[in-house]
Amino acid sequence: MSHPIKAQEFLSDPAKAKWHDETLWFVRDKRDAITKTIPEWEQLRDLASQIKDNVLANLDSYLVEFEQKAKANNIHVHWAVDSEEHNQIVLGILRQHDCKAIVKSKSILTEECHLNPFLEKNGVEVVDTDLGERIVQFLNQPPSHIVLPAIHLKKRDISEIFHEKLQTEKGNEDPTYLTQAARVHLREKFLSAKVAITGVNFGIAETGEFVVCTNEGNADMGVHLADVHIACMGIEKIIPRRKNLGVFLRILARSATGQPVTNYNSHFRSPAPGKEIHIILVDNGRTDQLAREKFKNSLKCIRCGACMNTCPIYRRSGGFSYGSVVPGPIGSILSPGLDLKKYSSLPFASTLCGSCSDVCPVKINIHEQLYEWRQEITKAQGSNAKSISMKIANGIFSTPFAYKISGEMLRGALKILPEAITYSGLNTWGKQRDLPEVPKESFKDWYKKNRK
Amino acid sequence: MSSREQILGKIKRVAKADSPLPDIPDFEFSGEIKERFVKSIQGNKGEVIDVAGLEVFLKSNGFSKIISLAKGLEQLSTRTLPENPHELADLEVAIIQGQFGVAENGSIWLTDADLGLRALPFITEHLVIVLSEASLVSNMHEAYKRIGEQHSGFGLFIAGPSKTADIEQSLVIGAHGAKSLRVVLD
Repeated sequence: MSHPIKAQEFLSDPAKAKWHDETLWFVRDKRDAITKTIPEWEQLRDLASQIKDNVLANLDSYLVEFEQKAKANNIHVHWAVDSEEHNQIVLGILRQHDCKAIVKSKSILTEECHLNPFLEKNGVEVVDTDLGERIVQFLNQPPSHIVLPAIHLKKRDISEIFHEKLQTEKGNEDPTYLTQAARVHLREKFLSAKVAITGVNFGIAETGEFVVCTNEGNADMGVHLADVHIACMGIEKIIPRRKNLGVFLRILARSATGQPVTNYNSHFRSPAPGKEIHIILVDNGRTDQLAREKFKNSLKCIRCGACMNTCPIYRRSGGFSYGSVVPGPIGSILSPGLDLKKYSSLPFASTLCGSCSDVCPVKINIHEQLYEWRQEITKAQGSNAKSISMKIANGIFSTPFAYKISGEMLRGALKILPEAITYSGLNTWGKQRDLPEVPKESFKDWYKKNRK
Repeated sequence: MSSREQILGKIKRVAKADSPLPDIPDFEFSGEIKERFVKSIQGNKGEVIDVAGLEVFLKSNGFSKIISLAKGLEQLSTRTLPENPHELADLEVAIIQGQFGVAENGSIWLTDADLGLRALPFITEHLVIVLSEASLVSNMHEAYKRIGEQHSGFGLFIAGPSKTADIEQSLVIGAHGAKSLRVVLD
């Protein structure tokens, strides 16, 4: 299903859609406010972007360096070409430890690999421990935002599902009460899990350590109580030096939620005595994207979600309208590389206003890549309704007589056309838009009258 | 061919222009470091107190399950550090010595040497970190300079109590980790 059709579903509840729009804009505002307290903010964005450019230019050698150091620190390193191999590696480790239930903290990569349904099919209970992720897991939904997984839900929805799953009081919608209930429920899961899975925010080539950032502390609660920690990492998450973290930890949370830093920034270098750490380095289309000169910069993404919070389309259409694991502007330049046909409507779900590129902490030229993808998609698809109307327009603009006549006709038509036609279902442009007031005469007519 | 060779081979085959790793400059920090650190901790919903304040906190709440690893405050412990972190499940207060704090965001650096058990600062209901005022640095660049080549199996920047805003963006303190953070600055 295309983005416009799914967006329509989202907009069928106007009050909720308005709340969604305003709430994400509020997060964007917080981001703006905090970035203005850092005089060197723009310099930090430049540095982050340059470090990531260096990573993409030397990715193979950094990965080898990371592997070597990690192994020396007693971390098991695995490589996965695609999602299937990734999932099999995870299952293999679980079987080795005879583990039937795991806890998992937020990892977009495991969403991308559809790890949960795979493990469940193989008899493993998966508990997502980030509060927002646990909520959407109860509802059998994917996250609708990479940082705020349950932003599409109202507290009433959450109260209802918690009443059903956690036996909370019916109708009690107090966020503190509901969070406390989740705390008690998940505490039990943390205390009984033998294996914990996390994502990775940054892998450091120089030391072989990796960093996981959370606010809730769920990643750490999981891994420090379990015997085995499995960390799933996209190969582009490598950074060269430990000191580079100074740049990235300064920009990540500020861009994401407007906080000065995430609460818990854990650096894993070697397992605690008697325990195991596994890291899975996953390609799954990343090397293909690296080979696309126009689009490889999308791999610089640090998954802060700032482009979603600012995007006028994302805010008004919701994460599910994209139908991709990573929604919003960054998702719309990552996803077509994975499946051009399936995600062909996404690069068009943008006004090309450039706000995404303006807030991106690693300076990805998101809106330019959206425009580039549109051209790739149009080339692959051949002509469509829009290109036919563009051809007609081209004929009109290149013939002065046709331009004059059609201008008069349109000014006449817009005055007399009933709204039922202008805003009919056939005219998709008319949806959610008002037509401008029509001038009485054209500039050409006015000029003739007044400049004789 | 192994997956490793396949992935590395594909990366090698992509033509890449050289792109040097930038130097990170020393950014100037305006303002008073201690004041800024205190403000940052408060912004993160933590509290800055002194040793007397700590005693009041422990006494007025009548806590009986306390582990203190902070230098000079070991006598506040009511139990010893267990071997198995699961035995920390009912711990009320952990008191830990922090290595240094960062003014710009209130984060405090801890490693295995300070923690005893890695689960300790997360699983405890209330967390207290003792920090010397002289240890404060301005920003994260200074922080990583300070860490330098330090080699610890686990290292952690902790900046406040556990929190979430996953329900309608309403801030709730005490998600999974410690429900409160007090920093004893001396």
